[in-house]
Amino acid sequence: MKAASFTDAPVAGGTEDDRTDRRVELTLGALASAILLLIAGMVIFVLLKGMPSFTHNGLAWFGAGGSVDEQLMNIFNSPSDPDDYVYHLRAWPLLYGTALITGVAVAFSTVFSVLASIFVVEFAPRRLRQVIEPVVRLLAAVPSVIYGLIGILVVVPWVATHLISESSKESVAYVIQLDGTSILVGIFILVIMICPIMIAIIVDALRAVPDKWVHGAAALGVNRWRAMRTVSLRAVRPAVVAATVLATARALGEAIMLSMVAGSVGFAPNPLDGLTFFLEPARPLASTIVDNAEGLSVEPFGQTMYAFAAILLISSAFFSFAGWAARRSYSRYTVGDR
Amino acid sequence: MTATRKPRAHRSAWSVGDRIGLGLAWAAGLALCVAAVTIVGYMAWKGIQYLHLEMITSSPEASMDQSQSGGFLDPIIGTFLLTLIAILIAIPVGVGIAVWLTEYGRPSGLARAVESGIEIVAGTPSIVLAIFGLLVFQQAFMGLFSFTAEGGAVFGRSFITAGVMMSVVALPMVIGSTREALNSIPRHVREASYALGKDRASTIRRVLLPSARSGIATGATLGMGRVAGDTAIVVILLGASMTITPEGGFMGLLRGTGSTLTSYVYNNSPAGEGNAPEKAYAAAFVLLLIVILLNFVVGLIARRSEPKWS
Amino acid sequence: MELKTALNGASTDGTSPNGVPPLRRIVVGAETPPLQVGGVAPQDLFDQEEPAIDDTPVWVEESMRTEDLSIAYGGKVAVNRVSLEVNAGEVLALIGPSGCGKTTLLRSLNRLVELTPAARRTGRILLDDQDVDEFDATILRSRVGMLFQQPNPFPMSIFDNVAYGLRERGSKRPRRKELEPVVVDALERAGLWDEVSSNLNHPALALSGGQQQRLCIARALAVSPEVLLLDEPCSALDPISTATIEETIVGLRDEVAIVIVTHNMQQAQRVADRVAFMYLGDMVECGPATRVFNTPQAERTAEYIGGGFG
Repeated sequence: MKAASFTDAPVAGGTEDDRTDRRVELTLGALASAILLLIAGMVIFVLLKGMPSFTHNGLAWFGAGGSVDEQLMNIFNSPSDPDDYVYHLRAWPLLYGTALITGVAVAFSTVFSVLASIFVVEFAPRRLRQVIEPVVRLLAAVPSVIYGLIGILVVVPWVATHLISESSKESVAYVIQLDGTSILVGIFILVIMICPIMIAIIVDALRAVPDKWVHGAAALGVNRWRAMRTVSLRAVRPAVVAATVLATARALGEAIMLSMVAGSVGFAPNPLDGLTFFLEPARPLASTIVDNAEGLSVEPFGQTMYAFAAILLISSAFFSFAGWAARRSYSRYTVGDR
Repeated sequence: MTATRKPRAHRSAWSVGDRIGLGLAWAAGLALCVAAVTIVGYMAWKGIQYLHLEMITSSPEASMDQSQSGGFLDPIIGTFLLTLIAILIAIPVGVGIAVWLTEYGRPSGLARAVESGIEIVAGTPSIVLAIFGLLVFQQAFMGLFSFTAEGGAVFGRSFITAGVMMSVVALPMVIGSTREALNSIPRHVREASYALGKDRASTIRRVLLPSARSGIATGATLGMGRVAGDTAIVVILLGASMTITPEGGFMGLLRGTGSTLTSYVYNNSPAGEGNAPEKAYAAAFVLLLIVILLNFVVGLIARRSEPKWS
Repeated sequence: MELKTALNGASTDGTSPNGVPPLRRIVVGAETPPLQVGGVAPQDLFDQEEPAIDDTPVWVEESMRTEDLSIAYGGKVAVNRVSLEVNAGEVLALIGPSGCGKTTLLRSLNRLVELTPAARRTGRILLDDQDVDEFDATILRSRVGMLFQQPNPFPMSIFDNVAYGLRERGSKRPRRKELEPVVVDALERAGLWDEVSSNLNHPALALSGGQQQRLCIARALAVSPEVLLLDEPCSALDPISTATIEETIVGLRDEVAIVIVTHNMQQAQRVADRVAFMYLGDMVECGPATRVFNTPQAERTAEYIGGGFG
């Protein structure tokens, strides 16, 4: 959005000013294009670096088969001759862990954020509202490592002592140790991390719903909850979509906090385990890279890590772009007053 | 003939479903408050409990009993240094891009692409930025920015390399705030400047940018907050040495490795190699204070800059 | 239906009270000759000192009244001790210059004024002899409907708009089959049916301004209110839409008590049976329309009507 159209900006003075202005425009334009270069560079270099991992495994790269941690260990211990590099990898547990944690966290956060936003805009007592809003903004700014710290020092031990019973441990002991780091804690803290951003977006959108509709619904004898649900929520649907998509991009990239609380095992939690399912650890792609950061310079291990990064990059780029497109489409959605 | 009056079928205006909905909204709102208070309060409590003055003033020491020895002065310095480097790069670049988008922006296809590009960069996980940075700065021709080990392998990890990638993290915020500030300057200001015979470039420099100062400051502060809180880039690109190890003067400092509060907290938690949770709490508390302070400053800037245009 | 034929001026059951005037048609550049009112051509009507027929409605039933109602915003008094009756079977017009409190008074009748945080109200408002504070504001508003200055149909289809009030109350959501006859009836009474009957799923926002306002009338009528409050409903519309809506309003007065706020005195003369003149928050004069306009009792009223101020 431009404040004024500049195709008609006069260039007063002689040709010297002309050239200066032109030079400035080109320089700044080059700077702006650098962003695109950066993205292109990232995609190209990361993909190129990680390509060997994909080519050696083919589509089975995305499949399941064996313990991912073992496979990573083997890759790390490859002989130093490039011809003998080991690339074998079945990344499914990591992909599954990423999708599971991200998906559940975003789903729950969307519902929670919508409800909390309705509360903040419509039902919260005025003084409570004045306190909540700055606090929400603060929560959005808290570094993820602090969430991770509280998670690992407080929540994980609590889960270990209170939620994990001997019997549940035994039921899966042959596959995995339950020590409290789990997808439950990971999802819980991830929800706390992404809600503030979503709430901020949705609250802004709810406040932007034209008064005439809100008053019109009230004048018809519809109670505040119904009016909010049927008129306001309908109107802010695009904003909710945009917030959800942004939250997904954020959740996908969360490496540090999840590496601290969701477990350091590349394990695929098994829904057939019933409730114990939630107590099982997992490790999403981003955390895998962080946990294995020391090995980045070791081929072919590094290449495998870059392959993970490539997946992350492409999926988060997709979601970020979708969020931007969604926001553009609803910022044009202003009902014209007749 | 009387007006038709239908009997009122409902006693209350709220059905069961409505009440449930209302209850859920209240529950969510209160849960939000509780979570917020708990997190901040717990951090404050633990932090005050474990924070001693000497922690801020003394450097980390390598010793067997981590809980008794040393402080985290170096990580604090590291945080400030890294944030400074990042913002010094992000401000000129960010303002330049913002100016191009608002004041020039031709061809418009390129402008839209750049806008979506900014969003993509903003959404890129910092871990990906980190290992991309590593990839770039480990190339031989980037040897200037970090130390080179014997044998020729460029280390790729230093304050400079981490700072450059951190500036990418801060960039979208600077661009966003600056654009907002520039867009809110009304058209007649620009027209007045042109009427006085100034061309576009000098209008921007002399008239528009000074007015957008508070927007730029807001964006920079927000960016600083994000930089100060990022861990992944630090872990990958700063070398994770406990103390700052410069090698010769200021340039050596920049090319050297170190740590920041975030990596310090990470390393001292059970997830890292340390087992000094007290220090982790103390450092986390200091980090939280810094972030709160930065947010407070943003609020101050926003309140002080009242719209001057009638 | 009994109501429709009543609108057309004929009585079906033979028990219509004497003197109920047939529908007054508003003559705005019409090509057909003006309708005769009680055997007297309109222009002759206005030449006389007194109306040829007694056109005060014969049956009147009190619907709402206020007792010493005062409303203040912050420290400023907007409505000062007003006592007023609103009767079914007649149209009451509130007239007065801008800022005299007529809109505030109107909005207090359905307690919509409570949505403004700074408003304070003293005095009583009674609906059917019941204090409105004693029951839920939401229920009150389903018995006292309102139309706004700017037509405000929801961003939904025509059908969904009209059915909205019926759907969103109570726990059982009525089925479309049950709603259809009510929607059709409401659209007919609002004078919109002929224009939209072809497609009720058309988006409401695609209608013209006058159609939207009539849609809002239909929407308000669908919940069968006892009173209808109209806040300058025609001020945003062109003359032809205005004429249609005025026609509709007059036609509705047998079913609902109508209060219309208007700053257009000619409009008040056209549609009102009783007129209340307000000035700076005080109710200066209230009485039958013909009396207030032709022989106002207060000097202020005469000044306003004569165009001395506005």
